[in-house]
Amino acid sequence: MARLRATLSGLGPALVVGAGGLALWEGVVRGFGIREFLLPRPTSILGQLVDHWPTLRHAGWETGRIAVSGLLVGILAGVVLALVTTRFRTLDEGLTPLAVAVNATPIVALAPIFNAWFGITGTLSNQAVVIAVVFFPVFINTARGLTEVHPDEVELMRSYASSEWTILREVRIPNALPFFANALRVVAPLSVIAAIVAEYFGGPQDRIGNVITSNAGFARYDVAWAAIAVASAVGLALFAAALFVERVSMPWRVASGDGDSLTTPGREP
Amino acid sequence: MSGAAIAIEGVDKVFNAGSADEVAALRGIDLAIRPGEFVSLIGPSGCGKSTLLRLIGDLLTPSRGTVTVFGKPAHQARLDQDYGMVFQHAGLFDWRRVAANIELPLELRGWSKADRAERSAQMLDLVQLPDFGRHYPRQLSGGMQQRVSIARALSFEPKLLLMDEPFGALDEMTREHMQLELLRIWRETGTTVVFVTHSISESAFLSNRVVVLSPRPGRIHSVVDVDLGDRDDDTREDPAFFAKATEVREALRAVEAGG
Ligand SMILES: Nc1ncnc2c1ncn2[C@@H]1O[C@H](COP(=O)(O)OP(=O)(O)OP(=O)(O)O)[C@@H](O)[C@H]1O
Ligand SMILES: [Mg+2]
Repeated sequence: MARLRATLSGLGPALVVGAGGLALWEGVVRGFGIREFLLPRPTSILGQLVDHWPTLRHAGWETGRIAVSGLLVGILAGVVLALVTTRFRTLDEGLTPLAVAVNATPIVALAPIFNAWFGITGTLSNQAVVIAVVFFPVFINTARGLTEVHPDEVELMRSYASSEWTILREVRIPNALPFFANALRVVAPLSVIAAIVAEYFGGPQDRIGNVITSNAGFARYDVAWAAIAVASAVGLALFAAALFVERVSMPWRVASGDGDSLTTPGREP
Repeated sequence: MSGAAIAIEGVDKVFNAGSADEVAALRGIDLAIRPGEFVSLIGPSGCGKSTLLRLIGDLLTPSRGTVTVFGKPAHQARLDQDYGMVFQHAGLFDWRRVAANIELPLELRGWSKADRAERSAQMLDLVQLPDFGRHYPRQLSGGMQQRVSIARALSFEPKLLLMDEPFGALDEMTREHMQLELLRIWRETGTTVVFVTHSISESAFLSNRVVVLSPRPGRIHSVVDVDLGDRDDDTREDPAFFAKATEVREALRAVEAGG
């Protein structure tokens, strides 16, 4: 509990800076008379958020569902494949470089093609984009964590005549957790981005992506900005969930003051 | 060599044989260690002490020759979990609390939870860390971590202890305390100990025999027989102890001189 409070109070400076930034934004737009269609004021975005709340809430919920379901499937697939490849070295040597190469290509660019494969009206193609985007970082990082174990630790287990299976359970999986957590920090917000970009190209019309494109198309930029605000709230919530999972799954890192920072993503374990 | 706890016969170890970074780590090692004997390995850095220990533990296989442990091939002895090993680096698992690290070998042997807890508490007392069972290794200093790894190796009372510079990271007073504790355990359990050290006085104080290795390739230069009987802190000021330490020192000087 004390730890939670410490975390929340750690958020204090971020909140102050955020509020200051919004105030500055409001001031600059008013002071320089920037026109609303270029950059709406935070207060008018807030107004649109209130006015269109039922539509936006629905859109945020549906897009969030796509992001979360794609996230879960992508994570599961990435972890399972990482476990399988570390068990079979030849598979690992063939697959991992391939995955690294695929991961370096912009997968969201596939969205229109996924529409052709999985249908343009359903949610399946949007989900497929999220899964593809989430899968690769999770797979690559987890596989690294499972293989890059300290030789001494494996030697110790061999001195106990442990089977490969026991070594997996006692050494490789715990060793992979920080790597996996790093991937999670990256893919949790990325899943929302992937879902929205996918929605730009197809799928049902009541989602964040469509709300943004259709309102921007009618020059209703303040509504589009309100939808963006909803999207970032969903992204932040997923990021917070990733941090939470990280903390509860690795109490030893919290205890030794290692995983305490909210703001250092992707640090090497 | 029947009846020996460890019989090493004609052992060579070459790393990366045939490639540019080939290293002849050990050559022509013959050594027999009796059951219940305490043998130290000493020699300059890189002379193959850790390699020899790993060969006994079947963590490496010899390029030539045989290693027999308790009358069976070293491989079988490893599968039978006949030995406990303390590595040069503590090698604790970050994700296990200190007590759980000590209990790991017991867990793998299927001990009940209550028995494990009782044993790890005893072991923590032994290494003078009674209040640290619930800590994580990273919350301990290097020397404390090393003591935990000693407790882990002793926890299942192995017939053979292989120790690679176990006290290297400890301060002088803790080191002397741990030496006496190790001797007590050794006397009480009758376990066989192979002990790698850089310390001349430590090797003379602890051992029945000190094996002096020379480097490149590692060979047995000489063996110093030590018999100091029952040892306590007074032994450290005993002329007989000084004489043995001097003998080991002179053997090491001869090694350094290329003898
Ligand atoms: N896994 C390995 N691969 C290649 N060479 C190795 C390996 N392990 C040890 N060696 C080489 O074998 C030689 C002996 O190494 P070893 O670790 O046994 O020395 P040591 O006597 O324990 O030294 P120290 O006192 O510094 O611990 C060294 O030259 C080392 O480079
Ligand atoms: Mg060594």
